[in-house]
Amino acid sequence: MSRKNTSIGLYEVRKGENKLGVGSNMEESLVISIGPHIKDRLSTKKIMWAVTLSLIPAGIAGIFIFGINSLFTIVVSILTAIATEAIILAMRKKDINAVFDGSAVLTGLLLAYNLPPQVPLWMPIAGSFFAIAIGKQVFGGLGHNIFNPALTGRAFLMLSWPIYMTTWQNSRWSMDAITTATPLALYKYKEFDLLRNVSHWNLFIGNRGGCIGEVCIVALLIGAAYLFFKKYITWHIPITYIASVAVLSWAFNGRSVLFTGDALFFLLSGGLVLGAFFMATDYVTSPLGARGKIVFGIGCGVMTFLIRKFAGYPEGTSYAILIMNAFVPIIDRYTFPKWFGWRKG
Amino acid sequence: MPYKFYGGVHPPTFKTLTLDRPIKRVFIPKRVIIPLLQHTGSPSEPIVTVGDAVKVGAVIAKPTGFISSTIHASISGKVTRIAYSPTRMASRILSVTIESGDEDQEFKVERSGDPESLSKEELLGIIKKAGIVGMGGAAFPTQAKLSPPTGKIIDNVILNGVECEPYLTCDHRIMLEKTKEILKGLEIICKIVGAKNAYIAIEDNKLSAIYAMEKAILTTHNSQLNTKLVVLRTKYPQGAEKQVIKSILNLTVPAGGLPMDVGCIVQNVGTAFAIYEAVYFGKPLIERCVTITGSSVKEPVNLWVRIGTLLSDLVDCFGGFSKEPKKIIVGGPMMGLAQYTMDIPITKGISGIVFFSKDEIGESKESVCIRCGRCVEICAMGLAPIALMYRVKKENFKEAKELGIANCYECGACAYICPAKIPLLDYMKFGKAKIS
Repeated sequence: MSRKNTSIGLYEVRKGENKLGVGSNMEESLVISIGPHIKDRLSTKKIMWAVTLSLIPAGIAGIFIFGINSLFTIVVSILTAIATEAIILAMRKKDINAVFDGSAVLTGLLLAYNLPPQVPLWMPIAGSFFAIAIGKQVFGGLGHNIFNPALTGRAFLMLSWPIYMTTWQNSRWSMDAITTATPLALYKYKEFDLLRNVSHWNLFIGNRGGCIGEVCIVALLIGAAYLFFKKYITWHIPITYIASVAVLSWAFNGRSVLFTGDALFFLLSGGLVLGAFFMATDYVTSPLGARGKIVFGIGCGVMTFLIRKFAGYPEGTSYAILIMNAFVPIIDRYTFPKWFGWRKG
Repeated sequence: MPYKFYGGVHPPTFKTLTLDRPIKRVFIPKRVIIPLLQHTGSPSEPIVTVGDAVKVGAVIAKPTGFISSTIHASISGKVTRIAYSPTRMASRILSVTIESGDEDQEFKVERSGDPESLSKEELLGIIKKAGIVGMGGAAFPTQAKLSPPTGKIIDNVILNGVECEPYLTCDHRIMLEKTKEILKGLEIICKIVGAKNAYIAIEDNKLSAIYAMEKAILTTHNSQLNTKLVVLRTKYPQGAEKQVIKSILNLTVPAGGLPMDVGCIVQNVGTAFAIYEAVYFGKPLIERCVTITGSSVKEPVNLWVRIGTLLSDLVDCFGGFSKEPKKIIVGGPMMGLAQYTMDIPITKGISGIVFFSKDEIGESKESVCIRCGRCVEICAMGLAPIALMYRVKKENFKEAKELGIANCYECGACAYICPAKIPLLDYMKFGKAKIS
């Protein structure tokens, strides 16, 4: 831009005409917008792919523990999720590129992690389709769904084909080839003799029967640590969730006496770690504020405990989270933040 | 150890561009366009007409109310035009154009007696006559701020050298170069309001300013005043009045209230320097320090600029552009206003101009809210911007008001942090305009 141009601009001002410095080319191309004029680099896409990345160790562990079938389940589930999302976005005349924001991949991945390793491959297809179509897009797509899509898909499979969903496979090197039940199921049906073989260490590294993504606690914790480090999730939901399950299990899950329960066993078995760090923390279906998140976490913990203890299922994480999802609007309403300098009345 | 305030964000600061550039006084323009509304409040009334000869420092407009300000000629010359001209705000404002020939442009120092022995009322009178306004950006007339209603006791004066806006370094440079003068200005402020405690707030990323200020406080002894330097954490919006009070004194200004409700007055360091110059040299507010920076500027600089200098006339002072500027922001990049033209005058409230090239504009497509809760987490006023956004979108302004939209002071942190790139600040501004 030369000085000459600006003086032409000035001339315009002096004449008092309502022209905006037409003398200069630069001024015609200036961008006008309301601030802030700088934005954080974080985007929805980045968050979704980071969560996906953080789940990879648990997936690798699952494939390692249960064999290559698990990989097929995961891949089929993700591909179905992407395809369903793309078709429905096209039907709704939305931008197809939204497929690549990572949310569909994440839903497919989480659904696969919530399936037993030996399910036939049409199961992840049906589940993934349901998760995306009914769990997410029916409500209006990303950001509008009330229930966690992956868990909706799992609930659908659980209700439709319960036999497949409760047939378990032991880890490939398990000594006990006959027992194909999850530790929580053994506890539920009071098989305490068999439970004795299950050490805390085996639970921690994932040497047990269970869903693909939930078994290897150490891999899940690595992923969760990454999410904490990058500040994608906060402590509010996972810590309150796990702590309330631990306290309630310790208090009421002992053999006939109060406060003798093996809290660690109940934390390490079942899908609690996967649920608390990766599914209850789902932004869309959890409360907005910190206080609401704490209420939500405790609610999930109590629900999980109640289902495990009193309901027909040995494991209650997924239903607990789904039930608490329904309470999110009301939690949000009653935990609305009080602004700075707020006074009553 | 300072206290904490809730929320806040950490934008990259880019202050190193101009951090080590001393404030230069290089350029006196041949023509200035002085808007008659440079401050918050009612516009001043011109007392000159076209054809009048004015000297630098002469009054050209007088205040029209309590919250208004005197305006002075910033160069000697002839009034050639009084008309509506573009300013940094969207609307045109009545402005006085002065064009100079070969007159002497130096301001003559006129000292009126011993500044130390002036009474409270005389000092306030000097500040009013000098047309001093808050130099931090809002440009609130200083004499109005320094005359609290009877019954309000002011114990604490906080000198705000936080400068939390990215890119800007003019407060930092003033603190480095005019340290003693700022402390003198602070003493005057404390004398006017009768405060016993003075605090100087600086963010911990301005180490050189902290060092200079600490040294100056140790060497200038004042038995009546308890001056303390407080180093605050670098966080945006640390420099906002309510947040700085919270960080230093752990006092919460009630919603809708003013700092004087908790016995505080907050003044910018630049204001303190202007007060010093007015009281000691009788110099009105005819120039100010401006940071000119940004990625498309060839040589980012700090400049003393006469009020009314057109931005387009300053181009030579910063060496022109290395890349084509695509966005001109008056103020910092967080709260500043984007301009449509270079022909805007520098006014009393402009602390910096940031030029962004194509790469920095960062226009990103808005996507749908994923309820991540980050805006709720970082809102320093404890609001829920996303909830307010939905109310404003549905034009439910009554509910937005109940949820406290009036408390938003438009710092822009919510729109900065939003991963879905929702322009939350646009909605806040629209909603606030609708309820008032």
